[in-house]
Amino acid sequence: MLGRDISETLQQQVHNAVVNGTPLKIEGGNSKVFLGRETHGEILDVSAHCGIVEHDPRELVLTARSGTPLKEIEAALAEAGQMLAFEPPHFGDNATLGGTIACGLSGPRRPFCGSARDFVLGCKLLNGKGEILRFGGQVIKNVAGYDVSRLMVGAYGTLGVLLEISLKVLPRPAASHTLIQECTQAEAISKMSRLLSQPVPVDAACYHAGYCYVRLSGSEQAVKHAHEHLGGEVIEKSEPFWHALREHHLPFLGSANPLYRVMVKPAVPPLEIVGEWLLDWGGAQRWLVSDEPIAVIRERVATVGGHVTQFRGSEHKGEIFQPLAAPLLVIHQRLKASFDPHGIFNRGRIYANL
Amino acid sequence: MPVSKDGLPCNRDAHEDLIRKLRGLLPPEAVLTDKEDLRPFECDGLSVYRRLPLVVVLPETTAQVQAIMRLCHALHVPVVARGAGTGLSGGALPLSDGVLLSLAKFKRILHIDPENAMATLQPGVRNLAISDAAAAYGLYYAPDPSSQIACTIGGNVAENSGGVHCLKYGLTVHNILMLKVVTMEGELLTIGAETLDSPGYDLLALMAGSEGMLAVIVEVTVKLLVKPERAQVLLAAFDDVYKAGEAVGAIIAAGIIPAGLEMMDKVAIHASEDYAHAGYPRDAEAILLCELDGTNAEVSEHIMKVREILHQGGATEVRTAANEAERQLFWKGRKSAFPAVGRISPDYYCMDGTIPRRQLPHVLRQISLWSEEYGLPVANVFHAGDGNLHPLILFDANKDGELARTEEFGQRILQLCVEVGGSITGEHGVGMEKINQMCIQFKAPELIQFHAVKAAFDPAGLLNPGKAVPTLQRCAEFGAMHVHHGQLPHAELERF
Repeated sequence: MLGRDISETLQQQVHNAVVNGTPLKIEGGNSKVFLGRETHGEILDVSAHCGIVEHDPRELVLTARSGTPLKEIEAALAEAGQMLAFEPPHFGDNATLGGTIACGLSGPRRPFCGSARDFVLGCKLLNGKGEILRFGGQVIKNVAGYDVSRLMVGAYGTLGVLLEISLKVLPRPAASHTLIQECTQAEAISKMSRLLSQPVPVDAACYHAGYCYVRLSGSEQAVKHAHEHLGGEVIEKSEPFWHALREHHLPFLGSANPLYRVMVKPAVPPLEIVGEWLLDWGGAQRWLVSDEPIAVIRERVATVGGHVTQFRGSEHKGEIFQPLAAPLLVIHQRLKASFDPHGIFNRGRIYANL
Repeated sequence: MPVSKDGLPCNRDAHEDLIRKLRGLLPPEAVLTDKEDLRPFECDGLSVYRRLPLVVVLPETTAQVQAIMRLCHALHVPVVARGAGTGLSGGALPLSDGVLLSLAKFKRILHIDPENAMATLQPGVRNLAISDAAAAYGLYYAPDPSSQIACTIGGNVAENSGGVHCLKYGLTVHNILMLKVVTMEGELLTIGAETLDSPGYDLLALMAGSEGMLAVIVEVTVKLLVKPERAQVLLAAFDDVYKAGEAVGAIIAAGIIPAGLEMMDKVAIHASEDYAHAGYPRDAEAILLCELDGTNAEVSEHIMKVREILHQGGATEVRTAANEAERQLFWKGRKSAFPAVGRISPDYYCMDGTIPRRQLPHVLRQISLWSEEYGLPVANVFHAGDGNLHPLILFDANKDGELARTEEFGQRILQLCVEVGGSITGEHGVGMEKINQMCIQFKAPELIQFHAVKAAFDPAGLLNPGKAVPTLQRCAEFGAMHVHHGQLPHAELERF
């Protein structure tokens, strides 16, 4: 398989950074630079560290270097009738596997099939001492040592440079139908919540612009029966809709206005915050475009036990991610120091003092 | 206070002081010090390791747990937390200078939320009790370790327990949302959230399978799933164990993810059949049990496909359970494999390695060669779908040197698992049992990183010390021993 292993070069750059006390800014395809806080430093370019290392469809496992383009991985999987079941958003043509895992983002299928971190089986990591370490592996069950590979998911590169990642992959469903029904947001929430306690093969559910969309996937028969059971109109060629939802190509998601990601329990009734809402993940992940100050949004969301990220339209400083409770922040800082004792990787990308 | 060289209180005065202070925090019946009362806590499910703790405490509130932890931290006394004690790797083995913290009184189901498909539990709730309580809503908790009737959710999180349905439904880590934990310093932390993810690092993943080394779990919120409309099981017999291994890969290659895919070899089939009378074919060299679940329509479709694959793969016989009673019977044979093997041999040693599925034929062949070499029979029981092997080495501990040979044999199996790209433990954990094998699977900088992760939660190193992650010193000694036997040169392992 094509590709290139530049781990020694990357390792050398980390060694130099340690010696010179230079902070490093890890870069892959640069597709998710809009997300999170600004970080400064010499660029550590991982994009040339690429290539699928191993993919044996029978094992349901794929291992690739972190700079491998996500689309290359998806193409290889599609050829084998497989997929990344967490349906990762790309947010750009150059998205790499490393960036996808470091940001821990998942698409519409997430509440029904699992998140990016759920599918990570192992990784090869370059830590802040310039050591190359391996954690986890290529097997589904592995409880030797702490689950460091999954800790890397959503750490935004603050703990180390992902060099290689092994993922569990799944067969693509044989059939997929999308049902659509006009309703209010409140009706959509209770409809989607009821799906959680019915034996139907749902793998995506969202509410957008007055319509509830439910995607059924599985064997031909299963999808057909579930459709009869649930009712609703089928939309032909629904793939572009789910793609647009995942990639934030639907009208207001891609706008320049501040976009907030509001995480709540799926059955929480509509939140009274002025703005435009789109509900994904069966109601568990809600997108909000609003002019309200973030502090006000956070306060309201906290009353229902949720949390808020300013996803787009931020100035890349301040509290973009929900602040942590003080004792948890202490643990985060100690963990950061344990992987990156000189504090060289992606300083301040998630929190100012991390 | 006099302190021994490893920093632990070593004299009677210090012990008495600790016990007096614990009595000040807890009701009298919640502090046990009599030898007789301590006895039930001397070991977990791996009873070859036994040790009496200094004292057992049985708190019933989170505030009490915090107070105990603060006291032990201040007095520099180590603490080992314990759930139901069904663990199979000695992870809950007490320390003779330490406190054994039992969570047995934390057994309330706090809340079942069918609308959001989640349940909040105290750590001492039994695994099966969760599904029982959720059944009223058509929901259940997916991970089902074979000890599910007795094991508790706190221990399941600590061990990241699996079960026969992992391939499709994941391990404990995939099925939990939020934890409340108490650190060694007595701090109460909320890890994860009731939402599908939480801000900051994924500490939930770190806690799952941390073997009681990072914090004490005092509350668990789990995800509940809808009970599938239908579950159906197929039994296939093979005249060759390797053909059975190939068939496992063929089912998965066909795009079908069975809910469970189990394999047993001849020794295990016979033992199980004598014990459970499940109707397994005695003339088979191996059987596969393949459970398919989902909607009615999907299960019917998949059964047809899997039957075809099994026949094509050379199965001599394929049976579909005719009804729920027969399905239960097929499973009964598999689930009673361990006790069944226990009846045919004075002792057995259960291994828990994982391998990439494609290595199954190779690893089986090697195990059978070693079985002859050591003169020790092996019964093979596998979670074949996810490559998790449970070879049971049959031996007699009363025979001179047989235990030592068994351990050596077992060690070679685990080493082989690592060599072919697998792991020394799929679901039982490292605990005390596989601490030496950690030196095979991980290099020194990786072990150092693990110790540093522990220190981030427990800087004083007082929570379950000495388990799960070996010291470099220990690995050096283990390595030296192996060089002596001439069987594990492993030049890449750094020496100290």
